[in-house]
Amino acid sequence: MLLIKNGRIIDPAAGMDGEGDIVIDQGMILEVRPGGIKKEHAGRATDTIDARGKIVVPGLIDMHVHLREPGHEYKETIRTGCRAAASGGFTALACMPNTNPVNDNQSVTEYILDRARREGCVTVFAVGAITQGLRGEALAEMGELRAAGAVAVSDDGRTVRNAELMRRGMEYARTFHLPVICHCEDSDMTAGAVMSEGYMSTQLGLKGMPNAAEDIIVAREIALAELTGCPVHIAHVSTAGAVRIIRDAKSRGVKVTAETAPHYFTLTEDAVSSFDTSMKVHPPLRSARDVEAVKEGLREGVIDVIATDHAPHSSLEKDVEFDHASFGMVGLETALPLSLRLVAEGRVSLPALVAAMTAHPAKILGIPKGTLSPGREADITIIDLSMKKRIDVNTFHSKSKNSPFHGWEVEGGALYTIVTGKVIKDSSGLLV
Amino acid sequence: MPLKSKDLLTIGQLSVNEINLILDTAESMKEISTRDIKKVPTLRGKTIINLFYEPSTRTRTSFEIAGKRLSADVVNISTSTSSVVKGEVLKDTGKNLQAMNPDLVVIRHAAAGAPQMLARLLPAAIINAGDGAHEHPTQALLDIFTMRERKGTIAGLNVSIIGDIAHSRVARSNITALKKMGASVTVYGPLTMIPPGIERMGVTLASSMEEAIAGMDVIMMLRIQMERQGTFLFPSLREYASFFGLNADRLAGATADVLIMHPGPVNRGVEISPEVADGPYALILDQVTNGVAVRMALLYLLIS
Repeated sequence: MLLIKNGRIIDPAAGMDGEGDIVIDQGMILEVRPGGIKKEHAGRATDTIDARGKIVVPGLIDMHVHLREPGHEYKETIRTGCRAAASGGFTALACMPNTNPVNDNQSVTEYILDRARREGCVTVFAVGAITQGLRGEALAEMGELRAAGAVAVSDDGRTVRNAELMRRGMEYARTFHLPVICHCEDSDMTAGAVMSEGYMSTQLGLKGMPNAAEDIIVAREIALAELTGCPVHIAHVSTAGAVRIIRDAKSRGVKVTAETAPHYFTLTEDAVSSFDTSMKVHPPLRSARDVEAVKEGLREGVIDVIATDHAPHSSLEKDVEFDHASFGMVGLETALPLSLRLVAEGRVSLPALVAAMTAHPAKILGIPKGTLSPGREADITIIDLSMKKRIDVNTFHSKSKNSPFHGWEVEGGALYTIVTGKVIKDSSGLLV
Repeated sequence: MPLKSKDLLTIGQLSVNEINLILDTAESMKEISTRDIKKVPTLRGKTIINLFYEPSTRTRTSFEIAGKRLSADVVNISTSTSSVVKGEVLKDTGKNLQAMNPDLVVIRHAAAGAPQMLARLLPAAIINAGDGAHEHPTQALLDIFTMRERKGTIAGLNVSIIGDIAHSRVARSNITALKKMGASVTVYGPLTMIPPGIERMGVTLASSMEEAIAGMDVIMMLRIQMERQGTFLFPSLREYASFFGLNADRLAGATADVLIMHPGPVNRGVEISPEVADGPYALILDQVTNGVAVRMALLYLLIS
């Protein structure tokens, strides 16, 4: 029996924010008691964590991760990706299907989930493909994906170019109660482009992706969500236009949710000026105006979720010319401190931030996580808001080091990560 | 070191004083090329590598001649005959070249930022001889050298750059250099070839060819890439020539002492008509001659 006492417990799903104790037994939450638990329970605890001055929240959930296994194990494996997640305060994650082979059938889903159960220290949920091989030509076997345990479908990394196929994909996904996660990018408009289009791309002579390439597909997916009634989740929102279109759709009652990633509210396109390939990401870093709109979207709740889009790449993909480098950055081990900057700035309240990393992704994926209710599996993250550190990629548990935040001084982070009642990270580091 | 940086990667890195120093040095270098014995011992014992990942006649030859006239040992590597065809990456090529202790590497590469990458990796001096659509600083320096030679000063000049601005490293380097030296710059071309935010670089976007020509001291025509014809950028060379080409009729609207420049290679009859290219206002071959002098000046300033 584990007792976490004296912490400020924030559980947005339960509407709780206050000091109290949590008792965990057999990996499950036994009791959450504001103001402290009864003595007899406290006496039975075999382990106690004194969380005074700390924030106790449901285990963080990252609904957008690339674990790279199967197929690209030199970049990341299920084991190392889960360790990176735990180190960053995440207790659960959803992994995208662009592996090799693609997770477009039950065998791959079963492989991932089985491997995760054996080697992963956090809970892994699998996202299956919308189309076979992510080729955008024919539907994947979503019924079997669902049966094997997939919680959503997505062709992440690509937009399903054919609108008719996407429409049918949404209808078919809805048949199996699978939300559809949309990567929004008009690939004709972004062909050959490597950064956001604007003054910076003009200065650097790099081919730019206009905001419109994202906005157009966001608008299309929302129109298709209205047509089909399928719950649609817009991945990695990066433009002011996308925020505006989603805001409008939500106000009309369309079943649409959205996520963004820390780099979209932390960095602008100016970061590309030195041709640093760790700044190359998809969608690209945008203008200061877009960053502002993304922050505002988070504040208003137009953007529901903060996810990392953790995309590990090795030096083989990144230590090359900017045009030739792969898109993507790792994020699991930097997301929480970067997100807490929004709280420090007064942009987003702490409970709202916690909701964006716990209750909201759990609800969108329909998974029994993201809250501290008694009877639930005890996935808990304890946050220290005053912990100061310098981000150092060499200390990452991820196999890949492609972070744009190396050397940044940040404040706040995960002190404890607890998965089904087991402490897998404490102030000394990972325990698994 | 007379220049602040060990490398020349962009025009933006140079101060006005540094640019003037380069131009003044080039003036004294120019005389060497007119001698019967066109060689001085200034860079004897220095090794220069020309590393060209893109085809080039003018620039590569210009650097080679510049190095040889200063008595440096010049080695040319073109990627079609090097390990690059075996899949060697830029980082490894750079490190291997460095292991042979060159003093300076001149690089041309299709990827913007490739010279920056090499400069971070190698202790040798790096000169950017053109990187993608990013910069071509030695071209801009030889262009303003040529303008200064004819007009006396750059400050106050009205310069027009016409053509595919979006894909042109020559345009970017020239805009930065000309603005730095006090010229007014106008650009013109089909809007498919005008990059977003170009006005923020301090240039005026003309609304017609007439406007881009009238009152200009210098008109710089950019080479149109033939292979872009019939794509999404412009429908045909015929239409391009008739709306964006410089011909004798259009030139009638220019000032009497206008100078016509072109970085080459010229598409005769497309962006510039033969009679203009060969006419009295054209400085196209002076640019080439001055290119050698400017590159001699840079080699001298960077590694002597």
